[in-house]
Amino acid sequence: MKHINTIVNNGMKKSGNIGCGECQSSCQSACKTSCTVGNQSCRHQDERINTTKKPLL
Amino acid sequence: MVHCFKYNHKGRDYHFLWDVESGSLHNVDKDAYLVAKNRYGVLDGVDLQDFSAMQDNLVAEIDKEFEELEHNGSLNVPAKIMATQKQIGEIKALCLHICHDCNLRCKYCFADEGTYHSKCKEYMSFEVGKKAIDFLIEKSGRRQNLEVDFFGGEPLMNLEVVKKIVEYAREQGKTYGKNFNFTLTTNCLLLNDETIDWLNKEMYNVVLSIDGREEVHDRLRKTANGKGSQALVLKAAKKFAEKREDKSYYVRGTFTAYNLDFVQDILYLRDQGFEQISIEPVVLPDDSPMAIKPEHLPQIAAEYERLAKEYLDSRANGKWFNFFHFMLDLEGGPCIKKRLTGCGAGCEYLAVTPYGDIYPCHQFAGETDYKLGNVLNDDFSLEISKKFATNIVTNKPQCQNCPAKYYCSGGCCANNIHFCGDISTPYSISCEMMKKRFELSLAISAIEATGTK
Ligand code: SF4
Ligand code: SF4
Ligand code: SF4
Repeated sequence: MKHINTIVNNGMKKSGNIGCGECQSSCQSACKTSCTVGNQSCRHQDERINTTKKPLL
Repeated sequence: MVHCFKYNHKGRDYHFLWDVESGSLHNVDKDAYLVAKNRYGVLDGVDLQDFSAMQDNLVAEIDKEFEELEHNGSLNVPAKIMATQKQIGEIKALCLHICHDCNLRCKYCFADEGTYHSKCKEYMSFEVGKKAIDFLIEKSGRRQNLEVDFFGGEPLMNLEVVKKIVEYAREQGKTYGKNFNFTLTTNCLLLNDETIDWLNKEMYNVVLSIDGREEVHDRLRKTANGKGSQALVLKAAKKFAEKREDKSYYVRGTFTAYNLDFVQDILYLRDQGFEQISIEPVVLPDDSPMAIKPEHLPQIAAEYERLAKEYLDSRANGKWFNFFHFMLDLEGGPCIKKRLTGCGAGCEYLAVTPYGDIYPCHQFAGETDYKLGNVLNDDFSLEISKKFATNIVTNKPQCQNCPAKYYCSGGCCANNIHFCGDISTPYSISCEMMKKRFELSLAISAIEATGTK
């Protein structure tokens, strides 16, 4: 594509809907006031989605 | 929903499209950015003028590329993820209030200097700790990985009980096939070599409380006799971080209305050699002079922007550090269920006080309306959990058009309840900060992933 460089393709699809509950609870990680899940990782993350390494447009 | 945003890196504007529902991040050229704003958002001001000047065939060419992405399911994907209720009754994490007492008198402490509204100092006994571990194992269902966080007050003031609980949990873990991950939050004053070695052996993560620059820290984190604590804390925290090697830790500070230039504190901590840094906005009612108020938000947003620039520069030039809220795992983040249900407070995550009382999370400790039971007498009711079970981002009207929807998960329910009176109404001050940090994190991810100089 000429005008678009995809950096992350379909991150949500990759994350599936396993919900095994084995990863760390977000409030246990550091902040204890307004914990969010965005910076948490899944325990089953071996299968990483493809990201481009092309320079930004 | 498509969120269109720009980020200026080293004098050049980069344009991005974030597709909320698919979790796709596209970097586009300026022409495509204008077409995207016309297609998916609102065109106004200079953007509208620039778009009007574009040639029709160029717009058509770009539209075609967008159609292809839409067809492939990575742009303008409609919201179809729906959930209304969390599972309750299975618990995987406990915050143990090991000690409602503290050797500091921090002026912004939400725990009332450790006492959590009770006005008396209490230490958890081993008996209560043991019952809490039994309770956790009993309620953990099929989950193998369980978490226990030692929190206070200052947990190191009751270290012997912490040690006994860890030993007991490890033993019980073997019997019941459970793996315990322990974490501990400390103000560092009681850290000595022996304690550091023990923590390094047993704790999966340790959070070291320090606010940053000496004058900032000492203004609010004073000892009982009114002296500043920064010099002592810094020395102990540095020693800890050095001995920690590659195990997980955070230095965690609080910023208030007194230090809205908090990026200086983050950079100060980086310059002291800390690599894992988290600085959080204070959570206080509006009538406190330290509280973050709506009028502070523009300055806070500008500070986060400044931090993003420093962060990229620093990491690219040999001074690597991590800022908790810029960490974004776009490729290996949590599953959809976790994104919908967030922190798990009141459901899979609970707090236990020194008396054994059970609360939805540490922020509710002492608020008896939210008490779920007590570990000492097997009294545990799911009535309160039911309220928290509907705390799902797709149930919150204000979150539906938010770019950070599946990363924030609808905000902190303690803040929502304490500031807005309702679990489903996000606390707008937190939202503004969250959205700003999220956008910057996306730009940082793109710049770092592509090696852009
Ligand atoms: S480990 Fe992964 S799949 Fe399991 S709950 Fe956590 S994020 Fe979801
Ligand atoms: S930032 Fe606010 S609006 Fe957005 S998901 Fe979080 S709580 Fe909801
Ligand atoms: S309610 Fe807030 S403080 Fe409590 S666990 Fe959830 S995010 Fe953390």
